[in-house]
Amino acid sequence: MSKSEILGNIRRGLKRGEASTEQKASVAQRLSRHTRNLVPQRAQLPHEEQIKLFIEMAKEAAAEVFELESIDDVPAICNQWLTSHGLTHIVTGSDSELLSLDWSKAENIATEQRVAQVGDQASLTLSFAGIAETGTLMLHSRGESPTTLNFLPDTHFVVLNRSDIVGPYEDAWQKLRESTNGEMPRTVNMITGPSRSADIEQKLQMGAHGPKDLIILLINR
Amino acid sequence: MQINSPAFKENARIALHDVNLQKALGNLKAGFPTKRAAAVARMPEFEQLRDEGTALKNHILENLDIYLEQFEENVVKNGGHVHWCRTSKDACKTILDICKEVDAKTVTKGKSMVSEEINLNDYLEKNGVEPIETDLGEYILQLRGDHPSHIIAPAIHLNLEDVSDIFHEKHHRPKSSDPAVLMQEAREMLRQKFASADVGITGANFFVAETGSTIIVTNEGNGDLTQTLPKTHIVVTSIEKVVPTLEDMTLFLRLLARSATGQEFTVYNTLSTGPRRAGDQDGPENFHVVLVDNGRSEMVGSEFQEMLRCIRCSACMNHCPVYGAVGGHSYGWVYPGPMGSVLTPKMIGIENAGLLPNASTFCGKCESVCPVRIPLPKLMRHWREDEFSRHLSPKAVRWGLGGWAFFAKRPALYRILSSSSNLFLRLAAGKKGRIKKLPLASGWTNWRDMPAPSGKTFMQQYKSGKKD
Repeated sequence: MSKSEILGNIRRGLKRGEASTEQKASVAQRLSRHTRNLVPQRAQLPHEEQIKLFIEMAKEAAAEVFELESIDDVPAICNQWLTSHGLTHIVTGSDSELLSLDWSKAENIATEQRVAQVGDQASLTLSFAGIAETGTLMLHSRGESPTTLNFLPDTHFVVLNRSDIVGPYEDAWQKLRESTNGEMPRTVNMITGPSRSADIEQKLQMGAHGPKDLIILLINR
Repeated sequence: MQINSPAFKENARIALHDVNLQKALGNLKAGFPTKRAAAVARMPEFEQLRDEGTALKNHILENLDIYLEQFEENVVKNGGHVHWCRTSKDACKTILDICKEVDAKTVTKGKSMVSEEINLNDYLEKNGVEPIETDLGEYILQLRGDHPSHIIAPAIHLNLEDVSDIFHEKHHRPKSSDPAVLMQEAREMLRQKFASADVGITGANFFVAETGSTIIVTNEGNGDLTQTLPKTHIVVTSIEKVVPTLEDMTLFLRLLARSATGQEFTVYNTLSTGPRRAGDQDGPENFHVVLVDNGRSEMVGSEFQEMLRCIRCSACMNHCPVYGAVGGHSYGWVYPGPMGSVLTPKMIGIENAGLLPNASTFCGKCESVCPVRIPLPKLMRHWREDEFSRHLSPKAVRWGLGGWAFFAKRPALYRILSSSSNLFLRLAAGKKGRIKKLPLASGWTNWRDMPAPSGKTFMQQYKSGKKD
């Protein structure tokens, strides 16, 4: 009932009845084309410069960035960071790349693959893309990468391949559509730096409800 | 939230004398406008983005019914549900019914102005469901039994001591003058609430017809925990927030963060598309979108249609001299500042909110910063005309305008009056050229001196110019 009343009001306002077949077809066509609006010049760069911009913007958003030669270096850097912060535990996604990591040299760190729980110290996930325009990570939910890992632990380590860095957001949408055959994952998270709030007297404080530290591990791949 | 808009004048008078509020408003004036200007300066294409955003919103409104139906089709395809609600009451009842279906005791809430608009918290509480606000600002307000005074900085009217006092009272911990300590305290208090809530309710900054997704934009990550941890996620949003594609949403995201907080991009931009998928280890099992109309469909095709372009960035209120002087609570309802002065009369009636569109200097700053170029002064003027034509304006205003019209229709008489007033004001001002007290103008002279006219009237100058 409400639906027909709301749509009826809208159509009355537009001075027409239900949209014609042509109007609907024109909208359907617009939806399928994914036409881009203006893409800022800043995001349209050669790939090497995109990487440079990504790092610069991510740091500006208060993320830490470590450049690593190989994904095999991830346990060592996590170990070093966590140990220096007095932490001993990390929950990781279960993507094959993460499962194959060798943590044996990170003796003081316990690892687990599961969803995040209240009280978790740190998490490690893969990211789908990096967006140079604003230093933004794009992650999406799937069986191997529970969404809670991105939000609940105090520290979030994210692995990003240099080859997965794109210029503007639009390139990331295209990449996502291609990789999922146009099926939207349940959740897509665009993350730019660690959690923060300025709700108390407009004074910016880091670490509100999401991770207090966002650490990007940029892999030379 | 109770309607207190008819008391705008009294609210404003109290606000102007409230030392703490004036201190808090100083933080707003010093912050947002400067940050926005810096972010805009870094984006050379910003004006073009505004033009495109304006045109895109107009296109959406011209095809609103088609996009809404397309959105619904895609939500259902992804296993979610869409509920169409004409009124606040319909929306509250729909949400309560969903909560009852899953036998919900507690509900965590991300920040949502639409839920304020429909007065959801009171409704849920009265019906045995406990709502828990999780945005830091909203959480502080809920502890105080208070309401937002700004659409993106809800607790802007409070100072550090206010937060410290209420946390001390409710958390039973020592007072602190360190905002970081207070925020950590709130983080700890809310962790378990996130995990144990039966339902999570968020708003949506936009929803996407192409994919059936909703998106929330936050800096804290509270909205993300709210929608990920409970078994049921309810999105409550209003019909004009639909966008065609992800690319179209992207255009608005580029405008939103810069206009709102002066950020390049908000920390978390999170899309939700249906419930948990096969193989997912977390995420809600049920996904509901509650589409709220509440008068918006009637704005389509009306003189207020342009208001439906609003993306709730708050730039208009951040730059408004009236908002900056009296704060959001003075406006007496959910939406303050220039955008509220247009929207509120539509939602609660011009007879209740007539003072709001009158509380504007028409300086035009709001329009000049609006990312989707809403002609806010023009729309406020529509309300003034509507109020006048329905004889709702106060007698003093009607008589004043009537008196002015009497002279304006008689040019000779008007010129005699204007030149004699000119002379009178200059004599009253004396050598300093400023008047300390003026009958019928105490609203001005109580606060500042009235400058006297500097010379001849316009018509006198025009005539002498003609002779030359």
